[in-house]
Amino acid sequence: MSSIGVSTTALRQRLLAWAERRLPALTRLRAVEGLPIRLHRRRIYVLPSMFGIVFAILLLVMQLGALNYANNSALLLTSLLMAAAWMSLFTGFRTLAGLELIAVHAHECHADSTVSIRCRFSRSTRSRPSLRIRWAGLDRAFSIPAHTNAEIDIDVPTRQRGWMRPGRLKLWTDQPLGLFVIWSWLNPELSVLVYPAVEVSPPPLPLGGRSAGERTARGDGDEYSGLRDYRNGDPQRQIAWKASARHDSLLVRESERLIHEDLHFDYAALRDLNHEARISRLTAWVVQAAAVQLSFRLEIPGQLIGPGYDEVHRHACLRALALLPDAH
Amino acid sequence: MPVCAPWPCFPMRIEQRQFNLLAIAALVALASHLTRLPLWLSIPLIAIAPLSMWSRRHREKPVSAWLRIPLVALLVFAIYSNYGSIFGREPGSALACGLLMLKVLESEKVRDAKAAIAFAAFVLMSALLFTQTMSFTLVVCLSLSLLLAALNALQPAPIRSRHPFGRELRTGALLLGFGLPLAIGAFLFVPRLGSPLWGAPGAFDVARTGLSESMAPGSMTELLIDDSPALRVHFESKVPPNSARYFRALVLWDFDGRTWSRDSWPQQTQEEISSTTQLISYTVTLEPTNQPWLAALDVPLDTPPLSRMSRDRSLFARNNVDQLRQYRTRSALGYVLAASLHAADRNRALRLPKDFNPKTHALAERWRSEGRADSAIVDAALQLFNASFTYSLTPPLLGRNSVDEFLFETRTGYCEHFSSAFVVMMRSAGIPARVVTGYQGGWWNELGDYLLVRQSDAHAWSEVWLEGRGWVRVDPTASVNPERIELGASASTSNGSWSAGSWLLDLRNRLDVVNRMWTQTIVQFNALRQKSLLTPFGKAEAEHSDLLLALSLIVAVFLIVTTLWVLRTGTVRRGDGLDAAWRGLQQRLTRHGMPMRLDEGPIDYLKRVRPALDKTAVARDFERLLRDYVDLRYARVNLSDADIQAFARKIRELKLPRVVKSHQQSAEPRI
Repeated sequence: MSSIGVSTTALRQRLLAWAERRLPALTRLRAVEGLPIRLHRRRIYVLPSMFGIVFAILLLVMQLGALNYANNSALLLTSLLMAAAWMSLFTGFRTLAGLELIAVHAHECHADSTVSIRCRFSRSTRSRPSLRIRWAGLDRAFSIPAHTNAEIDIDVPTRQRGWMRPGRLKLWTDQPLGLFVIWSWLNPELSVLVYPAVEVSPPPLPLGGRSAGERTARGDGDEYSGLRDYRNGDPQRQIAWKASARHDSLLVRESERLIHEDLHFDYAALRDLNHEARISRLTAWVVQAAAVQLSFRLEIPGQLIGPGYDEVHRHACLRALALLPDAH
Repeated sequence: MPVCAPWPCFPMRIEQRQFNLLAIAALVALASHLTRLPLWLSIPLIAIAPLSMWSRRHREKPVSAWLRIPLVALLVFAIYSNYGSIFGREPGSALACGLLMLKVLESEKVRDAKAAIAFAAFVLMSALLFTQTMSFTLVVCLSLSLLLAALNALQPAPIRSRHPFGRELRTGALLLGFGLPLAIGAFLFVPRLGSPLWGAPGAFDVARTGLSESMAPGSMTELLIDDSPALRVHFESKVPPNSARYFRALVLWDFDGRTWSRDSWPQQTQEEISSTTQLISYTVTLEPTNQPWLAALDVPLDTPPLSRMSRDRSLFARNNVDQLRQYRTRSALGYVLAASLHAADRNRALRLPKDFNPKTHALAERWRSEGRADSAIVDAALQLFNASFTYSLTPPLLGRNSVDEFLFETRTGYCEHFSSAFVVMMRSAGIPARVVTGYQGGWWNELGDYLLVRQSDAHAWSEVWLEGRGWVRVDPTASVNPERIELGASASTSNGSWSAGSWLLDLRNRLDVVNRMWTQTIVQFNALRQKSLLTPFGKAEAEHSDLLLALSLIVAVFLIVTTLWVLRTGTVRRGDGLDAAWRGLQQRLTRHGMPMRLDEGPIDYLKRVRPALDKTAVARDFERLLRDYVDLRYARVNLSDADIQAFARKIRELKLPRVVKSHQQSAEPRI
């Protein structure tokens, strides 16, 4: 049963891919395009929704009843309702027409979780309520008031580390009555670097290999060599509150360890794990070490990064891990 | 810049506010049926709305199927046992109301709510099957906007506003307003059916108020306090005086001691009429009665189409009048009807049940034995009424010998009692007589130039046959209460109807002209009228295909116009109001022959054109304007709408000089 399901899905995918290549107008899917993407009449599509069809049938029955009983008041009412339903189509179209996607930006993400993609739409003179954005099968509703920029975060699930193309997104609405679905496909040029998955409960950081073992046994940051100004991203527990109070600015204890004792995360040292599990563990360590601002080096096949402890270093490490070739 | 928190899509449960709006919309739909629903049904149905609103607020769980299914069963059973059926207009609409409220009760998801609202539209429409008056139709059409608002409220992530309901209501009203032209076009050109597809509309078993086919003491009481219109009459020449406005509906021959009725006779020739004077042509618009009779001024001469005239000169439609009916006919106010009376007619006009009303018999026979002539006996009876009888809409009840009791004991009554007693007296005295029911009087509407006759103008009088004069109308009520005939029903019943004689009734009479226009243009618009719709376009008899063509043309034109409008407004320019104003200025500058180059900003532009402008009066203003723009565009963090508007106004007020285009400028790329 499942094999049939899989094969039909595959067949559908292949058919769609073929149609997209050969008959782009028919599939109404868009090729990758640069920002900004502006929605205009040639790329906005309209179909009645399921409720719209049911409503039309109901209106037809009402109309027939009014005609049958030669009841002009009822006929007037039905005509009015019908006309209002038609007008809702135009209102819905206006909600989408002229909308412009001006920026897309992905937040940091790891494999096997979700990536939050931020879409920014330009401001316009009229308000656009009840818009829906569908990406990877998930709908998000949002609205853009008049004269404001709108930013919307959409969570898209990630699977593999490495470059990911989130693909097309469908921007749609059934504003204002839910009778018509009005949609447009957007395919912004966006690639997201998905960092490797973080191992769920990794072993503690490999501090042992060096002579600093007894130092850590005393606990974090007991011993400090001096104070420096607070910088964004410094852990809260390193802030020297009393000293800060005296100096009217936030000061941070700078422990010697941060400067002198580099951690060494070595791919080759994790012999008992397979390729992906090693990457996953290294990622977890990098994330952990960076969170407490420990200085570390990362050694992976063909690369040695570091030492360092700041955001730039962290991203460089994660990027290298994400782009490691597969095992075989 | 705020990041919109995305709304969860398709929530499992609709919000309280959405639900409240749904319940109110359903209540409005229910309200349109309330006057017809029995109390035992309407009270629980109304109660469902606030109860479900309350229970939703305090309980998370949906209404269980264990409650819903028995409720539906109970509803169907109750309606079946009350109406004897669940089909047909009355039980059907009651069932629809019940189902609507039960649907509201179980509405949990957006889908349920949508279904409930669509169903509420159906319920609203079915209310119009009962009443087609203008005010009711308008109210129902307006309440559509509430329905649309409730539908709109189901949309996720609306624009946040302080009055969300106002916003939704506005959306609904705007949709209806913009749709109105299309609706009118559709209304005019949707081809009407010549004959119904199912069920004759007349098959409705609705008791409508109106004259009934028979008359018993007290049977008209309901009618006489009913202020709704019965007929409207448009006279083609002069209007008859009030005392001549007798509208003949039914002639009742047969009396069983209590009830006057008429057999449907095999069709015969009509009683011949001669010496007709004062001929009047007029058009009657009769409100639906569900009965076949047609009212006509005493006595009608012509038979309108699709109807017949009975032997006693009353008009009957071929089918029951179940819709508004308009007919044109001609009457004679002066006439001699049946100069010679047929023997069978005479027998019938003298027949009285045996052993009823002995005292009346005795009185009539005494008059007869005194040797009085027929006309003297008529006068004697009228004098009797005039001397000691009172007119009242609330007379005491009468027993078996109703005429005896009325004549000798209670002596109080209204037209029914008087005409009935009079005819019995005449027949007892050997004078052929019969009862005629119909309407008398009416209110002349100056504005609409027509006579409005209300149900409360219903009347009963008598006709006696006198040698040489034929059937003569005698109105015994007039001898008791002459104002009733001279001034109309409202004068005689000053304590009968709550609005009688008051300014309110007067106002209502005046407003009736609007109702009449409504009835004529909307309610009466039928297949026949529709055929002549295309006459201005050279098509006297429009076929269905012509109408459909016209309809599609109208729809097409409407849709094209709307589409163009939407596409025009759909191409929103980039940027804000300031950008738009700036673009406007650039266009004006281009028109005035000093276009701004693509590669220059406002300050460079100013530098370039200043020498040319220095001589003109606007130089200072112009410079200030451009500096304002630079300030607004580049130096402000928060730009207020007022600033933008002020800037736009300055641009409008700026008077640019006409600069002759130089060859150099015309070569510039236009913006």
